[in-house]
Amino acid sequence: MANPNGIGAPVRRREDQRFLTGRGNYTDDFKRLNMTHAVHVRSPYAHARILGIDFADAAAMPGVVAVLTGADMEADKVGSLPCGWQIHSKDGSPMKEPPHYPLARDRVRYVGDAVAVVIAETREQARDAAEMVVVDYEELPAVGSSTRAVAGAAPLVHDDAPDNVCYDWHLGDKAATDAAFANAAHVAKIDLVNQRLVPNAMEPRAAMGEYDQSSGEYTLTTTSQNPHVTRLLMGAFVLGIPEHKLRVVAPDVGGGFGSKIFHYGEEAVVTWAARKVGRPVKWTADRSESFLTDAHGRDHVSHAELAMDADGNFLALRVSTLANLGAYLSTFAPSIPTYLYATLLAGQYKTPAIYAEVKAVFTNTAPVDAYRGAGRPEACYLIERLVDVAAGVVGMDKTEIRRRNFVPKEAMPYQTPVALQYDTGDFAKNLDIALPLVDYPGFQQRRAESKARGKLRGIGFATYIEACGIAPSNVAGALGARAGLYECAEVRFHPTGSVTVFTGAHSHGQGHETTFAQIVAERFGIPIENVEIVHGDTNKIPFGMGTYGSRSLAVGGSALVKAMDKVERKAKKIAAHMLEAAETDIEVKDGRFTVAGTDKSLGIGDIALQAYVPHNFPLDELEPGLDEQAFYDPKNFTYPNGCHVCEVEIDPDTGVTTIVSFAAVDDFGNVINPLIVEGQVHGGLVQGIGQALYENCVYDEESGQLVTGSYMDYCMPRADDVPSFTVRYHEDQPCTHNPLGVKGCGEAGTIGAAAAVMNAVVDALSDYGVTHMDMPATPEKVWRTIRDATPAMAAE
Amino acid sequence: MSCTVSMTVNGKTVSREVEERTLLVTFLREHLGLTGTHVGCDTSQCGACVVHVDGRSVKSCTTLAVQANGTAVTTIEGLAAADGTLHPMQAAFREHHGLQCGFCTPGMVMSAVDLVRENPNPTEAEIREGLEGNICRCTGYHNIVKAVKAGADAMAGAQATPVAAE
Repeated sequence: MANPNGIGAPVRRREDQRFLTGRGNYTDDFKRLNMTHAVHVRSPYAHARILGIDFADAAAMPGVVAVLTGADMEADKVGSLPCGWQIHSKDGSPMKEPPHYPLARDRVRYVGDAVAVVIAETREQARDAAEMVVVDYEELPAVGSSTRAVAGAAPLVHDDAPDNVCYDWHLGDKAATDAAFANAAHVAKIDLVNQRLVPNAMEPRAAMGEYDQSSGEYTLTTTSQNPHVTRLLMGAFVLGIPEHKLRVVAPDVGGGFGSKIFHYGEEAVVTWAARKVGRPVKWTADRSESFLTDAHGRDHVSHAELAMDADGNFLALRVSTLANLGAYLSTFAPSIPTYLYATLLAGQYKTPAIYAEVKAVFTNTAPVDAYRGAGRPEACYLIERLVDVAAGVVGMDKTEIRRRNFVPKEAMPYQTPVALQYDTGDFAKNLDIALPLVDYPGFQQRRAESKARGKLRGIGFATYIEACGIAPSNVAGALGARAGLYECAEVRFHPTGSVTVFTGAHSHGQGHETTFAQIVAERFGIPIENVEIVHGDTNKIPFGMGTYGSRSLAVGGSALVKAMDKVERKAKKIAAHMLEAAETDIEVKDGRFTVAGTDKSLGIGDIALQAYVPHNFPLDELEPGLDEQAFYDPKNFTYPNGCHVCEVEIDPDTGVTTIVSFAAVDDFGNVINPLIVEGQVHGGLVQGIGQALYENCVYDEESGQLVTGSYMDYCMPRADDVPSFTVRYHEDQPCTHNPLGVKGCGEAGTIGAAAAVMNAVVDALSDYGVTHMDMPATPEKVWRTIRDATPAMAAE
Repeated sequence: MSCTVSMTVNGKTVSREVEERTLLVTFLREHLGLTGTHVGCDTSQCGACVVHVDGRSVKSCTTLAVQANGTAVTTIEGLAAADGTLHPMQAAFREHHGLQCGFCTPGMVMSAVDLVRENPNPTEAEIREGLEGNICRCTGYHNIVKAVKAGADAMAGAQATPVAAE
């Protein structure tokens, strides 16, 4: 490696110094002169009519600056929070898209829906006053689950969405699928629930609005994964502020996992209120508010069937899914159970025919949108659970049935029956690496040994493929995206040779300040210390679509390469001029520009200096400066893939599941920083394990009350709940269509882990005749399953 | 009602007039501007707010400022040496990539330092159990556990060195 801090080096993160010493700058850390604090008044009912709001007593409380309601917003012509993706139903009709106001106007539709905001000198005063706001509600019948939403005569969440249906969509070839089923030797079936989860980034959402009366400029500082998108949506659709008068800053952000992609009402409230009260307004969610109002994830109820021939070859897959979208459409909600879910139902298999139907419904619950993996974990879980059931139906080993049906490496690029074209992947290789890691041949012996101790041991496999770096824009547009999904980068050399990079990607834990700097250091042969990465500020970055869907490196990194290409081209021109050579004679290597066949050469630093202090540039051919910008629109999705293997041991007396070992083998294409990549995998795995064993967001079906509204009710995986991991990756299958050959690694762990764990749990319980269990496999559920099955076993 | 609270924070004596209900974490963040200590929940579960009070780890979101009256408080800002040299535990978190978004990190590091004070040579299981009161959503704990082990070793090494500063 030419550069010790270049591509492939496990460079220690540059952002850590500030985080480790308490010098991070998160939104709630900011203070402004004369700043006020906002606390929202939220609905305690899942569904109710607002008959009146009496805030006279609240307004008279000490320190209260203002109490504002939906009526004030309506008077100021504040718009509805827009949705960024439109889906059409089977019959061609557009999805139902009811308005979603930052402060409710006449009706509240979920517990936590905001009805008023109290602004006071201190947070405590605002909170005290918020408790004095009296809202006269007329409670209405509520819909607390998707199955209840579609039950006959269910209450309507929105009057203009009959049967609570947002859309009823499908993908694939129904006739071909039906024909394959008609000729199948075996059919495996499964009914499963992919339960609702709360993303739970550790930093609660926060937003601070400022308004400068003299310039008319607004600034919103917010916990966002994509500040430009928030600026566009809030500026153009909600508050009517032109972009040049609206700055959105996403400073250090404490985790996102999807939940901070979306434009939320509170962002609009503080920005609008800052002008109304003439002072900065800051709002920070407490954790209870996060549980109530962050967009949740998953929440699918599915039935699936897999048709096979006599040898266990997959012939067709049929899937029917009911997806809960919550009370309103969050920014990207409609795309998650459709184009990020059904398009992944081929998995790693060459199933020739697939047909999927998805009915998405409104309920009186918090909006549901992207959560780490976003549709892809749901697809992986469904396929991989079904494949395990299929192995049982045809009596095959669980690894063999997978291997038999893998899309072979030689078939790449491979067109699936559900719209995607995989560019690369060697799925058998992933499995080949994984099996020795977990000593698969020794499993039966370990199982027997556990049994001798009165314990139940199981092994579970999950193979996954995901589509990352959503793209290209024309395809995304054809699928309903209301914006292109490119990325932007600017590479600015300074006169003394240091570099500032402006990227439209946003880092909230991913370590871009390190990874992106490695790419620049490698390309120009400069010390990494000379490279600064700037992100998260609409006044600094040309434009950016932000970070989600494992897109930062595949799309943002590609934009960076494109900008560096432009810099190099310009530098070559300057070098040719300085060295009095023809541009075509200049050779470039590691940041040195040499006249071919001579010892005449210049470093990029010399060129940068000349670029800014030129005395004799031929100005009609060569502009001063070395600062280039590029927009990169991907040619295809990227397709990270892998094989996860989990081994569990269950104590039948307590129902407690212990993960004995977990191995993840992944293909992320080329890896820039292995330390960061492995860290991303570890974190992803624990979110998947959390879903499999611990986490469950529960609403009461009838009242729509959130039952799991705190860390005392919603079980987060903790250090003593999870194991250490064996993580491997290979770089044999780089992405073929982006310049770095990278695929993305942010979501992989979460996509594969839940299925691997549940397959292991079901395997451990196979002696009891168990073929499926819904997540999470809590001790109680496992214990009851064992107890209920025991009489049958005793009778055998 | 307000009252006067005095304590030593990161070696400096401070005294402020605060409402009696003021939490220690609010006192640190809002009154002293020490924003390294974070608030991640409202039920004393997540541990993002852990500081040391007289050398013991304490969840500052569940402690009133008046309860810390007369004590010596150390926050994440006070852990590194005055010249910026990281505490061995901080250095170990960096070396082993034991942090991602950084939000839980101050509490995690403060808990880890106290864990090692009580158990200078912890096993992996003891580290995992010892950090049970700190939630991290990013790292999956794998690298945190490695970091704490390495930090414990480094702290033991630092103590063994006769000239090591207090």
